[in-house]
Amino acid sequence: MMATSSSPADSLAPPSGRPAGGRGARPRGGSKATGGLYVAPIALWITGFFVAPMLIIIAYSFMARGLYGGVEPRFSLAAYRALINPIFARVTLTTIWISVASTVLTIALALPAAYYMARSGNAKLLLLVIVPFWTNFLIRIYAWIAILGNNGFLNDLLMTLGVTTDFVQFLYNRNAVITVLVYTYLPYAILPLYSTIDRFDFTLLEAARDLGATHLQSLARVLLPGIKTGIFTAVLFTFIPTFGAYAVPQLIGGQDSYMLGNIIARELTITRNWPLSSAISVVIMLITTAGLMVYLYLNRPRKRA
Amino acid sequence: MNGSDVRIERVSKSFGSFTALDDVSLTINRGEFFSLLGPSGCGKTTLLRIIGGFEEPTDGRVFLDEADVVPIPPNRRHVNTVFQNYALFPHLSVSENIAFPLRLKRTPEADVRRRVGDYLSLVRLNDHAHKRPSQLSGGQKQRVAIARALINEPRVLLLDEPLSALDAKLRQQLLIELDAIHDQVGITFIYVTHDQQEALSVSDRVAVMNDGRVLQVGRPFEIYEAPADGFVAGFIGETNSVDATVVAVNGEMVTLDTAHLGRVLVTDDDPPAVGEQVLFTVRPEKLRVTKELPSQISDTTNRIEGVIDEPIYLGFQSKFYVRLGEGFIVKVFKQHAKYLDEGPEIKWKDKVWVFWSADDGYIVQSGR
Ligand SMILES: Nc1ncnc2c1ncn2[C@@H]1O[C@H](COP(=O)(O)OP(=O)(O)OP(=O)(O)O)[C@@H](O)[C@H]1O
Ligand SMILES: [Mg+2]
Repeated sequence: MMATSSSPADSLAPPSGRPAGGRGARPRGGSKATGGLYVAPIALWITGFFVAPMLIIIAYSFMARGLYGGVEPRFSLAAYRALINPIFARVTLTTIWISVASTVLTIALALPAAYYMARSGNAKLLLLVIVPFWTNFLIRIYAWIAILGNNGFLNDLLMTLGVTTDFVQFLYNRNAVITVLVYTYLPYAILPLYSTIDRFDFTLLEAARDLGATHLQSLARVLLPGIKTGIFTAVLFTFIPTFGAYAVPQLIGGQDSYMLGNIIARELTITRNWPLSSAISVVIMLITTAGLMVYLYLNRPRKRA
Repeated sequence: MNGSDVRIERVSKSFGSFTALDDVSLTINRGEFFSLLGPSGCGKTTLLRIIGGFEEPTDGRVFLDEADVVPIPPNRRHVNTVFQNYALFPHLSVSENIAFPLRLKRTPEADVRRRVGDYLSLVRLNDHAHKRPSQLSGGQKQRVAIARALINEPRVLLLDEPLSALDAKLRQQLLIELDAIHDQVGITFIYVTHDQQEALSVSDRVAVMNDGRVLQVGRPFEIYEAPADGFVAGFIGETNSVDATVVAVNGEMVTLDTAHLGRVLVTDDDPPAVGEQVLFTVRPEKLRVTKELPSQISDTTNRIEGVIDEPIYLGFQSKFYVRLGEGFIVKVFKQHAKYLDEGPEIKWKDKVWVFWSADDGYIVQSGR
């Protein structure tokens, strides 16, 4: 019995080359080889559904415009030339402004919420964060219209209470867009923050207090650096989608909150200028990537403090 | 640097209906190395957190040099803590961890450097100044935590089981270092441990706690040789304890009728009354075990016959578990001071005599 059956280790050993797990073998050598297998499906998925479309968009942006949409397969810089105009510059600035403001506000609201949730140790609170996802995104935006509209709930309330005599124009401006963007991406910021704060060792805060820090100093000097990765993720999860936002400014915004996403939609569907909308997409990618790089640079690990 | 005295006055602490500390009073002297010793869950950490300012007592007061500190937040008490899990800041280097308190006070850079250098040398970590805590060994982390807690020049240093995560050898070594640091900085140390050997070996005084109460405060030998009650006797070191009734008192010589050891003679400078119920206890290393009863044996030597139930050889000593007639087991420790001078080897199932002098037993009186 012992002699005939080969041990599982034998059958798993590589057919040739260095012995599995032998001394002197690089410790990660084996896992790297099998790691390739694990990664293959996700790599295919990403290539097929993310990398390839991205390459197509980049390629389209360098092609000539087709007559009824689509592209003519020849090289052209017309789309990028069209970008050099003050309207596009203004919309880009508006987009940056709106997405930075929304991101800052979202993080500012998400941090205390996540901190409280983690410290309270009440997992039910987490459920409350997820509840909005049970309702369709567009329906939730229309709900905001019902709340903020001229005949909406908020105006009714204000007028009934006699705070105002006429309705207040809440909708169709930049503040409305920022409000709803913050509302939309708050859960995406709370979740990563919660999970890092939950893992944070709170005795570190006591240690800081013990060593002379005030409550605020202990949060700023110990908690914030300790949950940096969570803040980073939360910033990404809000900044990137708000930068490409389309539905919210479309439904809630006005002249002053026209964003790049809206131009892309217009160029794609109304003017049917595919190269131009592709070029704008490329610009969005470049700006978000640049933002990411700046952020990474500011947060780079320092050798010595 | 100068230590403070710490006075804990009738402190109680409840968590909901659970009483973690029950009317604790202690006075810890300036510059003392004072240990809080007790089993897990007896309230040691709770008491330390009250002194440090992390918990408020439900009742009672805490004085530092005669000033009531209960209303003072931890960052403004001249007390620093070495936490049980070290609580080093993972995002800061060793030297920045130690510099943390100085940075909070915006100390000039030159001062920070000099003082961090001093404290790095104190804990012998100069070569590791730029490492992150995650790159340090347990003992090194421990020393960073000590340096960081000392750099503020506190009057009192609180240490919560600072060595419990380390292996036995390192524990010994760090304990000696800690004692040296205590001598050097001269401030009050309050040291929490559940390890009686740690407590006995370096402390000036020890408070033994159980179930949220302080049972005895005293110098290490007092706690060991004259335990206040059965719990202290059993918790500090090993011992043989039996219930007993006083049958005769003659000066300091007391005769007891004990539960398993029969008639026992024991001296006591404050003897109990005849008829009193007491606890008799004698430490295993005070007992001797031989196959033959020695020829000259004094009248005040207690003796008892038994059978070796288990002999355990440990190199520097042997432990014998001796079974008496009724099945009661007596522990005897025999120190091997010399090689082979101890008569015939004692083996399993050997019939033996256990004997000890009346001076070496101890009476725990319930009323004391
Ligand atoms: N915040 C709290 N809420 C409720 N109970 C607590 C709290 N802190 C401590 N206790 C309880 O108080 C008792 C004493 O706890 P404490 O941490 O002081 O014990 P300890 O002597 O330090 O024990 P160990 O040696 O295991 O660290 C324990 O029974 C513990 O469960
Ligand atoms: Mg404890």
